[in-house]
Amino acid sequence: MTVRRGIFLSGVAMLCAWTLVPIWLVALGAVGGRDVVNAWPKTFFPSSTSLATLRAFLDVQGVWSATLVSVEVALLCMAFSLLLGAPAGYALARYNFRGATTYRLLILLTRAFPVGILALPLAVTFIHLGLYDRPLGVALIHTALALPFAVLVSASLFQAIPREFEEAAWVFGCSRLRAFLRVVLPLALPGVAAIAIFAFVISWNEVFAAAVLTVRHRTLTAYLLTVLAESPLHVQFAGGFVLIVPSVVFIFLVRKHLFAMWGIANR
Amino acid sequence: MADILIDSIAKTFGHTVALERVDLRIADGEFLALLGPSGCGKTTLLRIIAGLETQSSGRVLIGGRDISGLPPRRRGLAMVFQNYAVFPHMTVRDNVAFGLRMTGADAARMARQVESAAALLQIGPYLDRYPGQLSGGQRQRVAVARALAVEPAVLLMDEPLSNLDALLRLEMRAELKSVLRAAGTTTIYVTHDQTEAMGLSDRIAVLHAGRIEQIGTPADIYDHPATMFVGGFVGSPPMNFLSLPRHGGVVQLGALTLPAPSAEKLVLGIRGEDLQECAADSGFPFVVQVAEPMGSHILLTGLAFEHRLRVVAPADRQPTSGEVMHFRPLPGRIRWMDAATGVAIATAAA
Repeated sequence: MTVRRGIFLSGVAMLCAWTLVPIWLVALGAVGGRDVVNAWPKTFFPSSTSLATLRAFLDVQGVWSATLVSVEVALLCMAFSLLLGAPAGYALARYNFRGATTYRLLILLTRAFPVGILALPLAVTFIHLGLYDRPLGVALIHTALALPFAVLVSASLFQAIPREFEEAAWVFGCSRLRAFLRVVLPLALPGVAAIAIFAFVISWNEVFAAAVLTVRHRTLTAYLLTVLAESPLHVQFAGGFVLIVPSVVFIFLVRKHLFAMWGIANR
Repeated sequence: MADILIDSIAKTFGHTVALERVDLRIADGEFLALLGPSGCGKTTLLRIIAGLETQSSGRVLIGGRDISGLPPRRRGLAMVFQNYAVFPHMTVRDNVAFGLRMTGADAARMARQVESAAALLQIGPYLDRYPGQLSGGQRQRVAVARALAVEPAVLLMDEPLSNLDALLRLEMRAELKSVLRAAGTTTIYVTHDQTEAMGLSDRIAVLHAGRIEQIGTPADIYDHPATMFVGGFVGSPPMNFLSLPRHGGVVQLGALTLPAPSAEKLVLGIRGEDLQECAADSGFPFVVQVAEPMGSHILLTGLAFEHRLRVVAPADRQPTSGEVMHFRPLPGRIRWMDAATGVAIATAAA
């Protein structure tokens, strides 16, 4: 019993370390300044910390506007993924239509083409359509990346909600849309939140498409790619830290919805 | 008026026939049970009436109004689902009020009807809880209260008690009967449990393989099964069937000579409690295999004429396995069936 518990706890510790140590090291580099970054052996607890590097990084020309672009793109990507993915997932879960299985596979296939191959034709097309160098264009590409996940996860999400709930809502006076909004959506909310987070994080972290499809209105990642390449190491750490923080905060804020199961652990 | 007319409803799923032209008329305020084994089409019929399934042909009229093409919400009915389908993200109060809220009832009426439905089903103390905090029986009550709160003209129930344990089921059955009688709602109740159907309903429609085998009062169905299927499905133990040869207008049952109706091959149907122990020269022999004491009576399973027979004997009788007893049918309790078609043969007081 105690041995199993020990194995369990060390597993937990390893998983925590796996995610936390790199973040900690990045944070250390970000607040420790040039000396800590270059020091060897590394210390886990720096003697002196300062926010000077971070402040200096945030003062770099264009960081704030790039952050704004990143947020805009990520929110758009999130909205598109939900608006397109949830109905598709609902259809997969509830309706029997010809080719449903093929459709499921085809959705996954959209991830089969590397963005690298698509980059040039995409850029040309986007210029023609007037989407080039605009957050909307980048958001569309990010949506394409996040959509397979959104569709498949929402399909299994809706599948897990008994049909009887919806039928009961219909019988008791709901139209199909109203039944979805009043009964299915609230029950699916934790999963929907997970889809939203995932879409947000995919978009926030994506570099390549964002770098290819923008020139002046870069997302933070694309912007940092160009700026940080020429910066000293501790500024790079500060940039990395700034990139990590929003995802972590966002996940932290909605974690309740991720774990909440109605009837078991609500509120 | 909320009488229901089911007018030659048929339903096929691909090549499978689920319902084969069903006609049924249910009077206003009547309690009708749709009884049958699983897969007989009873739930499909209920879902067609509710509008959750679309019929292949035929129509459904409630109070003279054709509702066949209407969505469920416009049919003016309420339903209790097999797994209750109580919304887990709403309090009991919101669940019970759901139907009223969706139809835009004002707050005063909503509060009044929720209170009365809750009082009727004794869930008043739980109104502010979530369904997750309730037991199965309590959730069942919430589902019924939700259906009754809208004061529906027609109430549909799909095996509402099948998820409850035996004791609770008995209790809920009695309660349902009194509640629904008080409400006076026209009710269609789907079940595969014949004791439920017998105990609750004004009339029973026995379904088999997509067809209605027989419609009648519980006593009628029990005493005069229209087919061998009905006799074998309704009643516990089921009706006994003995296929016997017919010679010159009579059938020989041990020492008894019974006048028999004319048919190619005859089957004699007799209920286990309609057999009476008698002397060897006035009945037929029965070899006891198993005796199961039930408290109020004893259930004997054995062989007669190479047929398995079940007999309900008085509790004081304690036969041993292998013992030969003699029985004779009570007068007027024999039902003759045509062996080829399985249909009962009408006899003038056999």
